Amino acid sequence: MDTDEPLIRARGLEKRFGDFEAVKGIDFDVHRGESFGFLGPNGAGKSSTMRMVGAVSPVTGGELRLFGLDPATDGKAIRARLGVVPQQDQLDEMLNVEDNLVIYGRYFDISYAESRAQARKLLEFVQLEDRATSKIMPLSGGMKRRVTIARSLMNDPEILLLDEPTTGLDPQARHVLWDRLYRLKQQGVTLVLTTHYMDEAEQLCDRLVIMDEGRIVAEGPPAELIRVHSPREVLELRYPAGANAEQGPALEGIGARQEVLPDRVLVYADDGEAALSEVHRRGASPESALVRRSSLEDVFLRLTGRTLVE
Amino acid sequence: MTTASTRPRATNAQRAFPLTAMLLPPALRQAHRPFRILERHWFVGKTSFIWIILGGFFEPFFFLISTDLGFGGLIDDIEVGGTLVPYVEFVAPALLAASAMNGAMYETMNVFFRINFDKTYESMLATPVTVGDVVIGDVLWATLRGAIYSVAFMAVMVAMGMTSSWWGVLMLPGSIVIALAFGGVGLTAATMLRSIEDFEYVPTASLPLFLFSATFFPVSAYGDLGWIVNLSPLYHGVALLRALNLGQLSWGLLGHVAVLLAIAVVGVSVAARRIERTLLT
Repeated sequence: MDTDEPLIRARGLEKRFGDFEAVKGIDFDVHRGESFGFLGPNGAGKSSTMRMVGAVSPVTGGELRLFGLDPATDGKAIRARLGVVPQQDQLDEMLNVEDNLVIYGRYFDISYAESRAQARKLLEFVQLEDRATSKIMPLSGGMKRRVTIARSLMNDPEILLLDEPTTGLDPQARHVLWDRLYRLKQQGVTLVLTTHYMDEAEQLCDRLVIMDEGRIVAEGPPAELIRVHSPREVLELRYPAGANAEQGPALEGIGARQEVLPDRVLVYADDGEAALSEVHRRGASPESALVRRSSLEDVFLRLTGRTLVE
Repeated sequence: MTTASTRPRATNAQRAFPLTAMLLPPALRQAHRPFRILERHWFVGKTSFIWIILGGFFEPFFFLISTDLGFGGLIDDIEVGGTLVPYVEFVAPALLAASAMNGAMYETMNVFFRINFDKTYESMLATPVTVGDVVIGDVLWATLRGAIYSVAFMAVMVAMGMTSSWWGVLMLPGSIVIALAFGGVGLTAATMLRSIEDFEYVPTASLPLFLFSATFFPVSAYGDLGWIVNLSPLYHGVALLRALNLGQLSWGLLGHVAVLLAIAVVGVSVAARRIERTLLT
């Protein structure tokens, strides 16, 4: 394989379930060593895309290649080189923590002794070596996730697929997980992840695509997406309940544009403080106001007219 | 790139048995590592295995002792293939066949949980393991359980003097064929269950098989409708084991073996198809 050929290459990729089109023709490339993200709300087609990339869901239309191979004919060879962290951990509850890893390694034809050694090494990596003989059930959500990540690394994968890796975890557990993923990235593992968390995408992804209703609506490094699609700062104004919508006319012309949400009004501006002074000068003083840097959430709102996490 | 090189390569088995390869559905042709699945089940079951063996021993023990004590004295000898045999010797191999069936069926019911709750299959299929590996591995495991039941059962039969021929040793491979067939049937049934409530239907289906497969009375009791018994998969197992126990060998026994093997292949293939459609969408 050519060195500049992408590890994953999709052209016009489609997925249909009966009449429902989950993925409506998307193009993307993922290169070796890159950390690539699919960002979008529930139902955007992220998981369907991930399952096709994981060679467990047949492609309905378009072209998909991993390592230059076609998942329709070389699924087994592709899966042998992937690590998969599914949305629900899917750990084997009938086995203890270490045996979960050992048996998983055996599915890749790793010898028993090697699998056992690899399992111990990886439990150390995810800081769970003292839980090796524990059952799965009593583990916390964050611990289960770490076991799943250790399991996905049993075959030394070239690409690690993570479907919403930190959904449902508490902030502390998320940071532990991000730290481990960052280390993997430094070791040269290509990461492909889906998320609906902005901070996660900004933390982990070198490059991402924003998906909405089965399509890619924007693509680029997080910082660049923010720069291109949103002014530098956002002024958040909160008015008394139900009064947000009435503020429209009073705020007209302030900043680059406004977005009226049920609970607040967003004013996009390069200088948030100046925009706030202007709001006060016009006598439209809110109950509270906040100036912050613009984020991927704003990009998403800009591109789709909807907030990301409903 | 030529089109030929994109096709999956033929396996050794396909080259050696081109006809079998053609008859088998794709999911089964892709099976390369079913023993990995057995290994997983062994890891799960090894701590409770002794109980499975003991269970396999007590069930026939109670069955046989009640038959021997109860019916044995009440019922006259029965004619099988021209010779009169004591009722207990008539019934015991049939119960052995039913035990192989139950052992395999019980085990495959676990498949329902592996598909719907534990998600065990989904994590397996994310690796080079294929649906063919999963179903063949599961049927082999169910067969192993059926075989263990059968060994325990045969030990009890020998101890209670219910065997009459050395050919009876062949009842073990015979039971394995029965377990394979019902492993396949059970696997397909498990893919059709929609909820735990549906488990109610399993005895509804297996009890008539148990009662009406010439298990407790000869086919002649059905009169002109005797041919119907041939439709029961268990009947072929019962007829096979009964003949082996009495040492009444004939070519017809191969017919029973063929029916059971065909059921196994169909069961496993249908189950593979259904699992593929549920999980690899």
